Amino acid sequence: MTAHFTSPAFKENAHQALHDPALQRALGNVESGFIAKRRKAADKLPEFEALRDSARDIKNHTLAHLDLYLEAYEAKVTAAGGHVHFAPTAEDASKIVTDICRRVGARTVAKGKSMISEEIELNAHLEAAGVKPIETDLGEYIIQLRGERPSHIVAPVIHLNRDQIESDFRRVHSDLPAERDLHAPESLLAEARGVLRKRFLEADVGITGANFLVAETGTSIIVTNEGNGDLSQTLPRVHIVLASIEKLVPTLEDASQMLRVLARSATGQEISVYTTFSTGPRRAGDVDGPEEYHVVLLDNGRSAMLAGEFREMLRCIRCAACMNHCPVYHAVGGHAYGWVYPGPMGSVLSPSLIGVDKAGHLPNASTFCGRCESVCPVRIPLPKLMRHWREREFERHLSPATVRSGLRLWGFFARRPRLYRLATRTAMGALALLGRRKGRFRSLPLAGGWTATRDFAAPEGSTFQAQWAARKDRA
Amino acid sequence: MSAASAPARPRVGLFATCLVDLIRPSVGFAAANLIEQAGCEVVVPPQTCCGQPAFNNGDRATARDLALQAIDAFQGVDYVVAPSGSCAGQLKKHVPELFAGEPDLSRRADAFAAKVFELVTFLVDVRGMTSVQARFDGVVTYHDSCAGLRELGVKAQPRKLLESVQGLTIAEMKDPDVCCGFGGTFAVKYGEISDAIVAKKADNVVAAGAGTLLAGDLGCLMNMAGKLQREGRPVRVRHVAEVLAGMGEEPAIGEPTRGE
Ligand code: SF4
Repeated sequence: MTAHFTSPAFKENAHQALHDPALQRALGNVESGFIAKRRKAADKLPEFEALRDSARDIKNHTLAHLDLYLEAYEAKVTAAGGHVHFAPTAEDASKIVTDICRRVGARTVAKGKSMISEEIELNAHLEAAGVKPIETDLGEYIIQLRGERPSHIVAPVIHLNRDQIESDFRRVHSDLPAERDLHAPESLLAEARGVLRKRFLEADVGITGANFLVAETGTSIIVTNEGNGDLSQTLPRVHIVLASIEKLVPTLEDASQMLRVLARSATGQEISVYTTFSTGPRRAGDVDGPEEYHVVLLDNGRSAMLAGEFREMLRCIRCAACMNHCPVYHAVGGHAYGWVYPGPMGSVLSPSLIGVDKAGHLPNASTFCGRCESVCPVRIPLPKLMRHWREREFERHLSPATVRSGLRLWGFFARRPRLYRLATRTAMGALALLGRRKGRFRSLPLAGGWTATRDFAAPEGSTFQAQWAARKDRA
Repeated sequence: MSAASAPARPRVGLFATCLVDLIRPSVGFAAANLIEQAGCEVVVPPQTCCGQPAFNNGDRATARDLALQAIDAFQGVDYVVAPSGSCAGQLKKHVPELFAGEPDLSRRADAFAAKVFELVTFLVDVRGMTSVQARFDGVVTYHDSCAGLRELGVKAQPRKLLESVQGLTIAEMKDPDVCCGFGGTFAVKYGEISDAIVAKKADNVVAAGAGTLLAGDLGCLMNMAGKLQREGRPVRVRHVAEVLAGMGEEPAIGEPTRGE
């Protein structure tokens, strides 16, 4: 099974998104919700900027010694009675998980929210192996009902409105009384809880993601606001943690620093409602916990990133602040990006993971406004990294022919100041004459992308350099 | 250059930027006027473009050639000043990146970058200007262009000088620091998305109730003016330097030039 994506059709996806009134209504919530909350949380903590520096440093240090921390982590998990499995590819990771499920005779698995599960398309693999995956995070549950992908890495259903979710629930929970009142958002949550509670109890295996893996103790940490992570990992007989290799941090102390910037950057909370630590299977005398504890560590192109110019991207803690602040994301939403990771972080990461030939639009579809970098808790220079992708596309002749030939023509003149002055003086004079009556153009050849919806100001007349020289001569 | 070693009347090389050079020379004259008011001599060395379109489209070779061309052309000046946060950001922040790891070129690039300033920050932060002698009767709203704001910290300086303009009132719009959707070639390559972003900006501009929209970057200004005009909204659009230099009576961006 290969990855499913529509990233090459980014422009068409964006077109559709821009013409989808329900989506546009829902996207308003991103702008009005997350931004103000993050601002407030950051302003309340005087050391927030210093914490961001320290979060960046912790991650940089870990990445510099990742091999050592991975070994230390594995040793600790093993000592606690757990098993660590390294998965070089997405395919490997899915196979490891389905093999464990088969071996223990699992029929259903309860899943906490995990972007890695989306990345490796685990649900499809499980279903193919006859195992039923049940998403227990409310957002992921809704996504699963609709057969969609998350459109946001923290709030998977940010693209939906309440009434759309209500009609999904009425369609799927057909055993519940039709006249029930689902108007309040809380009633939707309560209904989902009721349905999911039953499923937790049936599940043979629980699968969770991880926000951090702690090398010092062999602990995996997840944060949720619904508490479903706890249930997914304590009730079933077998617990599988699915995480990528860059989730490592050295110590619990480091993890707690990271948690302080994560919640504030993601949702503006001081700390998420549930922060769950798990280290190995149930010990003698423990009141609960799984009998078996597995960690599947996914590489899928990440160790290659470690060695190159995209290494800084591996600091990402998936807080989604970058997409919450992105004007392009606000306009088109997450699905337009065409794969698992949307927004600025996805525009850097996706080309690394599925190839720049397929995800090439993404690093180009940015105004480089820099707002993402200004809020990233681990200070990833996202515009710079997107620009690195553009450089690779340019080198490999992947950028569109019109862009290349336009640049070549412009570069030819821009490199020759005399010729440039001559040519531009003539051209601007002519354009100014054409646009003189109105002062602007409603259409211009080669600039249809602009003039379809915006006027283009006509030049005033002669160029600045020509006028300046003329004035100096007169003086 | 430290203040102590600065000459009494520094020589400023005006980097007009290609858009000002080609489309709206009056911004160049407004900038020159303000720099002179700040006690400097203005020269205009031969110039084309800062290279940002090449740099941001992944064409480093062309970006390097144009950077070197600018470094050579502006050798003899004390400062390089551009009426654009975006082009000044390119010259100040990104030109050094282009030569990282090449000792000779890198030294030249760093020395050049240290001399580069965006116009209004140059006036306020470097030359200590606190007010201008200008009059503009009307309510204006100011858009913070992204590169100036986030790469160079242009935010308080233009507002400070605008407050000193007689007859002028500032009415802040909602989200003045959010991108207008221009993004250089992005505006053409992803025109539909760019338009959706500038549509929101236009709404915020209109809601502010100002008759004039100002900003410090001609690219963003042309984008916003183009949208406002296409929608027939009664807001005039100008570069902030025009108002600060007392040229706010001239035709605004996208309006017919007088007579000729
Ligand atoms: S890139 Fe930065 S802001 Fe975006 S999700 Fe990752 S950590 Fe958060």
